[in-house]
Amino acid sequence: MTTTPKAANADARWSIAAKEIVSGGAFRAFLSVLLGFVVGALFMVGSNEEFLKALSYFTARPTDALAAGWGAIADGYAALFRGSIYNYNADNLVAALRPITETLRFAAPLIAAGLGVALAFRVGLFNIGASGQILFGALAATAVSTRVELPWGIHLVVAAVTAIIASAAYGALVGFLKARTGAHEVIVTIMLNYIAAGLLTFAFRQESLLRETGGGGTPKSDAPAETAQLPLLLGDSYMLHAGIVLALVAVVIYWWLMERSTIGYRFRMVGHNADAARTAGINVELTFVAAMAVSGAFVGLAAINQALGARAGLTPDIDGSIGFDAITVALLGSSTAPGVLLAGLLFGAFKAGAPSMQVIGLSPEVTGVVQGFIVLFIAAPPLIRAIFRLPAPQKTTVVADWWARLTRKKAAK
Amino acid sequence: MSTVAASTQFQSAEAPRTFKSTIVMGVFALVVFVAFGVFGKPEDVTFQWSKPDDVIHIPDFVVGSSLVGLAIGAILILIAAIVAVNASRRRRNPQWISLIFGFFAIIALLAWLAAGNAVPFAFILGNAIVLAVPIALGAMGGIMSERVGVVNIAIEGQLLTGAFLAAVVGSLTDSLLLGLVAAMVGAALLSMVLAAFAIKYLVDQIIVGVVLNVLVLGITNFLYSQWLANDGERSNFPGTFDITPIPLLSDIPIIGPALFENRLTTYLAFIIIPVLWFFLFKTKLGLRARAVGEHPLAADTVGINVARTRFWWVTLGGVVAGLGGAALTIGSVGAFGRGMSGGQGFIALAVVILGRWHPFYAAAAALLFGFSIILRVWANQVSPGIPTDFITMVPYLVTLIAVVGFVGRVRAPAADGQPYIKG
Repeated sequence: MTTTPKAANADARWSIAAKEIVSGGAFRAFLSVLLGFVVGALFMVGSNEEFLKALSYFTARPTDALAAGWGAIADGYAALFRGSIYNYNADNLVAALRPITETLRFAAPLIAAGLGVALAFRVGLFNIGASGQILFGALAATAVSTRVELPWGIHLVVAAVTAIIASAAYGALVGFLKARTGAHEVIVTIMLNYIAAGLLTFAFRQESLLRETGGGGTPKSDAPAETAQLPLLLGDSYMLHAGIVLALVAVVIYWWLMERSTIGYRFRMVGHNADAARTAGINVELTFVAAMAVSGAFVGLAAINQALGARAGLTPDIDGSIGFDAITVALLGSSTAPGVLLAGLLFGAFKAGAPSMQVIGLSPEVTGVVQGFIVLFIAAPPLIRAIFRLPAPQKTTVVADWWARLTRKKAAK
Repeated sequence: MSTVAASTQFQSAEAPRTFKSTIVMGVFALVVFVAFGVFGKPEDVTFQWSKPDDVIHIPDFVVGSSLVGLAIGAILILIAAIVAVNASRRRRNPQWISLIFGFFAIIALLAWLAAGNAVPFAFILGNAIVLAVPIALGAMGGIMSERVGVVNIAIEGQLLTGAFLAAVVGSLTDSLLLGLVAAMVGAALLSMVLAAFAIKYLVDQIIVGVVLNVLVLGITNFLYSQWLANDGERSNFPGTFDITPIPLLSDIPIIGPALFENRLTTYLAFIIIPVLWFFLFKTKLGLRARAVGEHPLAADTVGINVARTRFWWVTLGGVVAGLGGAALTIGSVGAFGRGMSGGQGFIALAVVILGRWHPFYAAAAALLFGFSIILRVWANQVSPGIPTDFITMVPYLVTLIAVVGFVGRVRAPAADGQPYIKG
């Protein structure tokens, strides 16, 4: 950010503002999502049997192929909509509204873990270890939820706090190793992911530790005790539990922490330029440790969601693909609180939509393709700028100033 | 990875005595001596050096399991002592000391696991090599790209691309060689995307790498479940290369069958690793590549085209990694499975570092991971109830210990991960 050119006159302001918006991150994210859906549509068409059949006589009757292609796209995205937002084919309102609650349920851990990865990004750290931090947190939470007996309410709180502390500690370990030895956090987190998976599998396999009572040789734990389960939010007809509330609270906390608090300012400073921060008297090493601990704590919320939101026993794949999806969520959300929230909801919808896509014979993995292309476009601003012929990032801050004037007295500098 | 260099550049001329490797080795040695030796299992263990049909048959070696633990524990303590002496004299410990240490530690582990049972040495070594090939080739691809200063997190994606294309093209064209070529070309194209973004558009290399992994996983998962799962007979049934023993060499006792009764992909790995070493360290091309990775500005000043050198080395690295992917399918199990690289690309990344960006040491590190995979399978058969999850974890722990600098100093190419902007 450079200083606002005082000379910019009122007429030019509008065009500068428009240019800023068009070249800005939010607009680019929107275009990336759009383009991701377009590419996904191409994959749907390309794998559609009717379309491929019609393609063989394309020159004779091109309308057949076009109709089949369009049908494939429409069916596919309609199924995604029915599975993730509103099922207009359902018999009653309860069933019709279930998809949106499923989206929220799947989005909760993505948002929480996405915030964790995003926080690390802002400090200039790449936390690939969300998967390991989830596993380690889930391990701790399961120990409390299945092996400790406590009254209703207290049990859940104790299990949840244990998970957060465990995940934060596992994250802090990364920060400590980086600060102390200079080891690159990407490698350290990848190794710690495997180590956490090994520990969890080991614990779930040993009867004396966490193995399912009366269970066989496969590693599996008991279901969390009822006193430690995250309560259902909307009664028994929906599976939505309190995990989404935690995630939403986390979004607010993240926003306050990064945009308003001193420690967040310190985090961002180290992220922008660690050397300058050091010169300004900030203990960069300590900041790395603290940032990774807080990052891990956010990821711990995802661990709570997975370990205490479950109604059945846990298996070692409890983190699903959340650890890696969290990276894409943070990238798409450009590491801001509202961005991560929206990105988490989008990718949560992809997961929720899977079953209804399966029903119409379309592999739900197509959302993985969409997701992959979205983050590819996000990660490579030059690419999306070239495709849409957008202007280069503007150095003016007209929009930011307006926004600053609307929200508080002085622009953040 | 440059922070490692930054934190060590102010060291005084006389390096301080560091006993970190002594401590790590000492702990491992004591564990072997006490756990496998003193408290070891008294049953006999049979080391089977040869398979029954080998030309030269070496008789089995029967010994008490705890005796092996005691003997090897003593050897390991001795090695740790040598390392300690070297450290106190401020002498650097050669890399091969850790290799010997690791070799003996693995033998002790085998003897402990197989108490009252047999250790089929040729079987374990042979499988370890086959399992290590994709990891090693992925790591060679990683070395080629990191030596010129481009961090390659996308090895996982390249392996997956190679595995997928080798299976599908090999199956559709009914030619395994075409499958092999397709794997190499496909992974090279992926590398080109990484190279273009990293070198031309200066996008964060680690982010591009992760994104490419996500992308490849998404695409192959979709194509697999939508297409290959329904049409496997025609499009996902390539078969594998034949196992071709090399005459005479495969008759060498113990190591012969493990090394020289393999498939084409394994032999290619045997060729690529030394060739890469030769090119990197013995030729002008390799010197230029390393110069670009260590100090691009200096390289540019003497007239080396930094961008072009980086681009082609990264691309060629993709070719090699694609070959590693092909080894997963047509060099091993045949068909492509959903997400079948299963994190081996990330292991390859660790292997690059554990092997200090050196082809031979990286190959040895890949073999360590190959061992850990086959040990897990084999240990479950010979002594059920052993916590194999810990065996699985050992290589990752070793890598972690190496990365945080407890075993000697691990230093990346100085300009690794840093874009070069021609001034």
